[in-house]
Amino acid sequence: MTQSTALKVKGSILAVKSVIEAVREAITEEMSRDSKVFVMGEDVGVRGGVFLATQGLSEEFGNNRIIDAPLAEASIMGIALGAAFRGMRPIPEVQFSDFVWPSINQLIGEAARTCYGTNGAVQVPMVIRMPYGGGIRGGLFHSQNVETHFFHTPGLKVIAPGTPYDAKGLLKSAIRDNNPVVFLEHKKTYRLVRGEVPEEEYTLPIGKADIKRLGSSVTVVSYGLTLHYCLEAAEELAGEGIDVEVVDLRTLTPLDTETIIQSVKKTGKLAVVHEDNITGGVGAEIAALAADQAFEYLDGPVVRICGPDVPTMPFAQTLEDAYMPTADKIAAGLRNLAVY
Amino acid sequence: MPRNRTTSAQASKGTTQESRANGTRTKSPLPKGLKTSDLVDYYTRMVQARSLDERIWALNRQGKVPIAASSQGHEAAELGSLLAAEKDGDCFLFPYYRDLALKVAAGLTPVQTMMSFMGKAGDPYSGGRQFPLQGADLPHNIIQISNVVAAGLTQSVGYALGCRMAGEQTVVLVYFGDGATSQGETHEAMNFASIHKLPVIFICENNRYAISTPQSTQMVVEEVASRAAGYGFPGFTVDGMDLISCYEATREAITHARAQGPVLLEMMVERFMSHTTDDDDRRYRPEGEVEKARQRDPVSTFGQTLLDQGILTQSKIDEISAEALKATDEATDIADASNPPDESVLHDSVYSP
Repeated sequence: MTQSTALKVKGSILAVKSVIEAVREAITEEMSRDSKVFVMGEDVGVRGGVFLATQGLSEEFGNNRIIDAPLAEASIMGIALGAAFRGMRPIPEVQFSDFVWPSINQLIGEAARTCYGTNGAVQVPMVIRMPYGGGIRGGLFHSQNVETHFFHTPGLKVIAPGTPYDAKGLLKSAIRDNNPVVFLEHKKTYRLVRGEVPEEEYTLPIGKADIKRLGSSVTVVSYGLTLHYCLEAAEELAGEGIDVEVVDLRTLTPLDTETIIQSVKKTGKLAVVHEDNITGGVGAEIAALAADQAFEYLDGPVVRICGPDVPTMPFAQTLEDAYMPTADKIAAGLRNLAVY
Repeated sequence: MPRNRTTSAQASKGTTQESRANGTRTKSPLPKGLKTSDLVDYYTRMVQARSLDERIWALNRQGKVPIAASSQGHEAAELGSLLAAEKDGDCFLFPYYRDLALKVAAGLTPVQTMMSFMGKAGDPYSGGRQFPLQGADLPHNIIQISNVVAAGLTQSVGYALGCRMAGEQTVVLVYFGDGATSQGETHEAMNFASIHKLPVIFICENNRYAISTPQSTQMVVEEVASRAAGYGFPGFTVDGMDLISCYEATREAITHARAQGPVLLEMMVERFMSHTTDDDDRRYRPEGEVEKARQRDPVSTFGQTLLDQGILTQSKIDEISAEALKATDEATDIADASNPPDESVLHDSVYSP
């Protein structure tokens, strides 16, 4: 199921891989490259992580660099942070993003403020990996979208890739970055989304959005799982003569404002799609940016197709479906916007 | 080190120190690893720290220092442990907000100290971004990111882990008050340090008050040190008003930590001042309690010991006090006249390059 097709395109050897494989490869390559990189988290050792992101790594690197931590998130974050103070490059894993809250002081209160609060003297080269998001019948405590909290926090970088190629290239860059980076992996994409990944070494720049589909009628901005639902909706609308441009943020902080605004100026129509709650979310910020920087180019209201303001995704299938922004819901929203 | 908890008298067993029943030291051989010049040096640093501490409080009342937490009454614990760390030569410190004397004695000049308390650009810890003496003083191996009690404990354990990964022998000393022992992270830090036998010395400066809440309302156990048993490492209660006892306990703890893993040292101290300049302890401390505690003032006790042992004369003690006061006066004037951070630096260092 894994080592599938290998393709040769434009001189690059490409293999089709899943998101989880891309994540595992990025960690493995960076641990081989730099002895300061280590992983700490719950069940990351012999178990290989509950999603198998670190499968085989404890055998390869030993349990001094793949550290099984007690089930205590505050100390996982605080200890990783302290090791970063010493110049290590820890990758703490939060087993499910829903479990980040016991560690939130160490992340938002301490790690994000360390550089600023020491006047630049202390760096925090740390990547906090978190499987997040719903659509997997995870209920209130295994489905949560947490990105807005980190998006709102200066001092953190926030990455939310949607494809294997982006996940690998951005995770490698994150590990080499000298700041605390929250790396959000949508757990439904882990095995559902497959794509081409070069065999050779590459990294991707943090803070650069990627236009996943060129279009001229409407701009839709998204990231993570809903990026794929946007692409589905765009294909559906193409048959109706609506040409949708799909902007994949990939990085939430720093936000690639330039790419968003350029696309809005081109199409005159903007929709933002995310699974996280609508109020005060990433979409609200992008709507404000458009109002501020592309006001005279807008030919319609900025539309947000987002998770509703309920605490998080419910367990029952009917309620989960009702919560999730699906391709159909996105297509309906974009259709209305296109004819506005 | 034995694995059970001891009293301060037992802790110093096997060393050269002796005490009379009334607490006055006899003339005795120097503690292991120390010269008389070390004691004079540390007495001088202690007097300087106290002088600055007192002035800072006064400057708060004059509106020149927005906030301060005093370490008056904690100096022997802070400097005794610092002396052991300095003598060892390979220690890293994670102090907390009441460690003014520790941070000053670790190597700050009086001018740097005053710059920090007045929020000037020359603040060595954070360039005027944080509360005084909070941030990092890397030249003196010190990091303290925040005021959130116990947050430094897990960080210090991580620092020790990082040092081990880098192949270093560094011992980490992390300081906290009795109040911080109620935090969950204290448990998590001690548990993890013990599992991995990391060289961390947990130093609880127990003044028996978490702001206004007395120890009896914070915990049932009489000694914080007794909690070490639950993590499988040794804990000791030490007389935190006596620099030599704190030095010796820390020196032994450093040896133990490097060879076998964590140690908990509970240093029994007194808080002479209110929690901070914004607090008024008359609301919650019994009348006469502080006055009684001041009879065991660690600065005058240490001075008296040096006098009794013939290491210092009264005129030399007076000279040290006068020089400290002069340095405090000068530092106050220099810091007061110095520039605050320029508005243009507001956005600097949100991220590292």
